[in-house]
Amino acid sequence: MIGGLFVYNHKGEVLISRVYRDDIGRNAVDAFRVNVIHARQQVRSPVTNIARTSFFHIKRANIWMAAVTKQNVNAAMVFEFMLKVIDVMQSYFGKISEENIKNNFVLIYELLDEILDFGYPQNTDTGVLKTFITQQGIKSQTKEEQAQITSQVTGQIGWRREGIKYRRNELFLDVLEYVNLLMSPQGQVLSAHVAGKVVMKSYLSGMPECKFGINDKIVMEAKGKGMTTEDPARSGKPVVVIDDCQFHQCVKLSKFETEHSISFIPPDGEFELMRYRTTKDISLPFRVIPLVREVGRTKMEVKVVLKSNFKQSLLGQKIEVKIPTPLNTSGVQLICLKGKAKYKASENAIVWKCVFACFPQMKQLLKVIKFSESSAWQD
Amino acid sequence: MLEGLRIFVLTISAHSVLCILIALIGRPTTRTRNFPQGKHLSVGFLVSDKGEIFELKSELNNDKKEKKKEAVKKVIASMTVGKDVSALFPDVVNCMQTDNLELKKLVYLYLMNYAKSQPDMAIMAVNTFVKDCEDPNPLIRALAVRTMGCIRVDKITEYLCEPLRKCLKDEDPYVRKTAAVCVAKLYDINSSMVEDQGFLDQLKDLLSDSNPMVVANAVAALSEINESSSSGSPLVEMTPQTVNKLLTALNECTEWGQVFILDSLANYSPRDEREAQSTCERITPRLAHANAAVVLSAVKVLMKFMEMLPSDSEFVTSLTKKLAPPLVTLLSSEPEVQYVALRNINLIVQKRPDILKHEMKVFFVKYNDPIYVKLEKLDIMIRLASQANVAQVLSELKEYATEVDVDFVRKAVRAIGRCAIKVEQSAERCVSTLLDLIQTKVNYVVQEAIVVIKDIFRKYPNKYESIISTLCENLDTLDEPEARASMIWIIGEYAERIDNADELLESFLEGFADENSQVQLQLLTAIVKLFLKRPSDTQELVQQVLSLATQDSDNPDLRDRGFIYWRLLSTDPAAAKEVVLAEKPLISEETDLLEPTLLDELICHISSLASVYHKPPSAFVEGRAGIRKSLPASARAGSEGVESTESQAAPAVIPAQDSLIGDLLSMDIGGPTVAPVAAAPAAPFGSAAMDLLGGGLDTLLGETSSSPAPPSALAASSAALLGDIFGAPAASATYVAPKTTWLPAEKGKGLDISGSFVRRNGQLFMDLTFSNKAMQPMLGFAIQFNKNSFGITPASPLQVQSPLPPGVAADASLPLATTGPVQKMEPLTTLQVAVKNNVDVMYFACQIPMHALFVEDGQMDKRVFLATWKEIPAQNEVQYTITNVMHSADSNFTDTVVSRMQQNNVFTIAKRNVEGQDMLYQSLKLTNGIWVLNELKIQPGNPNITLSLKSRTPNVAEGVFQAYDNILHG
Repeated sequence: MIGGLFVYNHKGEVLISRVYRDDIGRNAVDAFRVNVIHARQQVRSPVTNIARTSFFHIKRANIWMAAVTKQNVNAAMVFEFMLKVIDVMQSYFGKISEENIKNNFVLIYELLDEILDFGYPQNTDTGVLKTFITQQGIKSQTKEEQAQITSQVTGQIGWRREGIKYRRNELFLDVLEYVNLLMSPQGQVLSAHVAGKVVMKSYLSGMPECKFGINDKIVMEAKGKGMTTEDPARSGKPVVVIDDCQFHQCVKLSKFETEHSISFIPPDGEFELMRYRTTKDISLPFRVIPLVREVGRTKMEVKVVLKSNFKQSLLGQKIEVKIPTPLNTSGVQLICLKGKAKYKASENAIVWKCVFACFPQMKQLLKVIKFSESSAWQD
Repeated sequence: MLEGLRIFVLTISAHSVLCILIALIGRPTTRTRNFPQGKHLSVGFLVSDKGEIFELKSELNNDKKEKKKEAVKKVIASMTVGKDVSALFPDVVNCMQTDNLELKKLVYLYLMNYAKSQPDMAIMAVNTFVKDCEDPNPLIRALAVRTMGCIRVDKITEYLCEPLRKCLKDEDPYVRKTAAVCVAKLYDINSSMVEDQGFLDQLKDLLSDSNPMVVANAVAALSEINESSSSGSPLVEMTPQTVNKLLTALNECTEWGQVFILDSLANYSPRDEREAQSTCERITPRLAHANAAVVLSAVKVLMKFMEMLPSDSEFVTSLTKKLAPPLVTLLSSEPEVQYVALRNINLIVQKRPDILKHEMKVFFVKYNDPIYVKLEKLDIMIRLASQANVAQVLSELKEYATEVDVDFVRKAVRAIGRCAIKVEQSAERCVSTLLDLIQTKVNYVVQEAIVVIKDIFRKYPNKYESIISTLCENLDTLDEPEARASMIWIIGEYAERIDNADELLESFLEGFADENSQVQLQLLTAIVKLFLKRPSDTQELVQQVLSLATQDSDNPDLRDRGFIYWRLLSTDPAAAKEVVLAEKPLISEETDLLEPTLLDELICHISSLASVYHKPPSAFVEGRAGIRKSLPASARAGSEGVESTESQAAPAVIPAQDSLIGDLLSMDIGGPTVAPVAAAPAAPFGSAAMDLLGGGLDTLLGETSSSPAPPSALAASSAALLGDIFGAPAASATYVAPKTTWLPAEKGKGLDISGSFVRRNGQLFMDLTFSNKAMQPMLGFAIQFNKNSFGITPASPLQVQSPLPPGVAADASLPLATTGPVQKMEPLTTLQVAVKNNVDVMYFACQIPMHALFVEDGQMDKRVFLATWKEIPAQNEVQYTITNVMHSADSNFTDTVVSRMQQNNVFTIAKRNVEGQDMLYQSLKLTNGIWVLNELKIQPGNPNITLSLKSRTPNVAEGVFQAYDNILHG
């Protein structure tokens, strides 16, 4: 299991160091710094083995987080756990930054003590943690309160505490969809899928058992997929076929498997209820048509045309197109017909933002860009 | 070349589409709770010096609670950045008695860090711990038992037992779940205490606890204890009842708890098909969990249990279908998780290619994937390539070959070649794609392409030779050994079709001495091939290369190959033709598949580090050998399955000796009549080959079991050497201790040294392996010994490959002399060594196995032996029993012992049979002239041998016994 957890700033200085196991020594802190953070070449893997010690790392903003172990641990769990730690920290004190970590190091140690015991992850639900790790001291609790906390930390419904009361019971639901598309230079669609998630904000009293159905039909079809060759569109109703879906831990998975119903007792506040992925019938909101022309050895011209594909009644807001540029780009000339475009050297990309709210259908935008490169590309 | 960098649409679209309000009206008030973070610590990261420690001390003893707390915070901050604040131990511990939970936690944190260095002081804390374990607040009880388990001081551990026992039965589940983990902690400190005090049973009881989290932690603790148990066998066996309980808890516990439970279920073997199937059914819903670790652990269990089910059953087919979507979904998670998932998918597609065969497209690389994800995706793409999708794959790979990252491009080019070999229909397109890439003239692309084209030629001989002229155009740009060697191979192989082959090869020959040995070998072979095909005009060339290889090179491989060719060509050119131009076996389709037994083992480790490294855990986990996991045999396979699991256990890396020898004879030499060494019977080949396997030509010189005379002179001339090799009788085996790690990399600043002592040709050697585990090359190696009992000193300077590049291991053999200064060491055989390199001077100590010190002239005259035996006083006699000697049941066991010892310079003076027992009298002499006389009592059929030793310096006895043990067991 996890032997230790370290947090470094971008210079490799230790901000947090917590060792859980005897087989991890102080030198592990330095080993990671020397071999990964200060390594001359780019790191080629998030898992590094240095002298029979394995280091898992993730980097967010300027902060490195490393988990260390000498055992054959569950690697997926370690990464999921580290991502969770970042989540927890964010919900306690906001952005992950050196400043914030330094200011809250006592809190972080307290959290790390609670959520990782001897390298085994414990309850990491922020809602629950916030009930008893408050940095205020909890001496004033009554016995009942204490019992409630412990039963909630360990309980079957660890994500919700009892006795929540709202005068107005409300539930908000957001569906966010990410359309992912891979297109060949010839404009041929190689693969496309939609990764969606349902985010719920619940303000409900008591321990409400909720049922959720997007369209019961959908889920049924998804389950039947592969076993029957029945055409999902045959019923006449618009049906979406979902390839796969994943649920928040509050959803009773066994019930979903048998009865195909999504039933759950929601946590209080905002949470991600489900994620799904679909590859069928994807209508692309946009089409991007890039035209690239090389002008001599050190220059090239890129033309990007953006076409919208959706109904006029909808709005396209905050549209951003990123055009990656070669690492040795020395200068860029931009001609932009709509919106604003900017060359960001730090990201090696040109970022083109369309600031207008309305995005009329099939309207073309044209843009010509010129690079001049300091040296011949690939020389 | 921006066309190469494709543009992908990345739409962060569809802002909140739906917004359903239940019991609506108006917007909800934004509810954010404020979490006061205590006072911000502004001085936390200041440097602490003497003055500050003093200051902290006074603050810690301040009466005001707030001041105290701030002071402790400062102490912890200093501790974090690695400063030594252990001097404050008593002051910090004094703050422990508080009802402020936050302060208590900080003090505990400090305690965990420093208790080990101050065990006596740590005792002061015991009382508070014990008291806290009785506290009415369950959070405090749990905190106390959690912390106590982390304090690894023996005296504290004694006090831990009672509170732990109580906490395991605590009414509060929070305390119980903490106590469960604490048992694992205690086991790590003192395993016998856990077993003696009955904690294992208590832990087992927790498996049926009503609280799911308690169950999960108990499972985690038990799994760890089982895995680390010294006996190697699990201390707690899983029964179908416990499995059932675990499956019930699985539905209710936290995501991490589910991982613990699933991981432990993976170690369970269902009794029959039905149980396997019903368990699978109950685990399948986990595939829809949002946590990737839960999904992968569930996949692991399913993959393992599926082995038990008949592969054609409907259940397996539907399960296979259910596995694909969750695996694909893992690819939309964070890149680090994706990486783990991809490494595992790589294993899964090797084991069950059906699962993902239609999902090729999801593995197409995105431009913004991190490089480690790109490389893994590429690997999987090739595994999934088939006739149906090869066109798509090829067009993708062609794109990748114009990317920026050099490693990725190389891999993409290589992948094109692998496609060609795997899917015959695509070979032509692959070749033309490769030709296109060669036209780009990008140096590393060209080189990589040539390497793979060589493989394509081998797979489809006489099909694509028309492209050779294009390849030859790029000769000058090749600067990597592998590419050069491949090009030379192509020229040699098709020498008859390349008009100027001789000129081309000659041009390589000019810088022969500077070439990499790989290129040298290939050049030698290619020119010999050319000569055999066009003997008329290439005689001069072949002469030239043979003399370069045999006379001017000190690479033994090159020299030997040169000699073999030379003799072949001079004795029987026809035979040479048969040998050198023999038809080659076709290369197989999948070249980089994991070995099946390893693959099966790794399938049992899905999601773990082993599956990420693609190595068995023993390769990177220290210490415990552990039990190697293997897939369960299908229930229907019956006894067959049992056999296969047995064979899985044996490492299959080294081919059996017989088969190897057979291969050598049949392949390279093509029958004994052709071979120039045909005069020699086959048996000597056997012995030589065996010895090569055994680790060197060590003791072939003049040692025969029939004549116990000590070797008179060391043969020096190569002729005599050869004679000896061929003249040597059956296998001889000097015991050579396996190399042990003397200096682990963490102590050697990245330098890892392992080694052993060996005696070769009457000379003592120290065989060392230097591995550079650091990031920089190492150079300037030197070695020195401290004074030691036997006056051992290096006979020549240390010669190691220098500089030693990172990640490379180099062997060195250091001849030793025994003429150095003598100083008695304790134990006698200790040798203290200092190794220097450009980084630092490293010190370590190692043990010289005594048998390496037995000299060749250790045979005593019979009468002298008798006299000496009587002369040495009886109190100098030491007895020892060698237990469990192998082959003791053999009828000629005694002879085996005699010859074995003989090979290690222990000489048998006389042999008697007394009352059915064999008595052996043996003598040996150490490098410093000490004689040791032994009497061995061997009873037929008894695996134990009694050894009586007499010597004027009886303190060598220990080492001699050890040597006997090693030799007779080795």
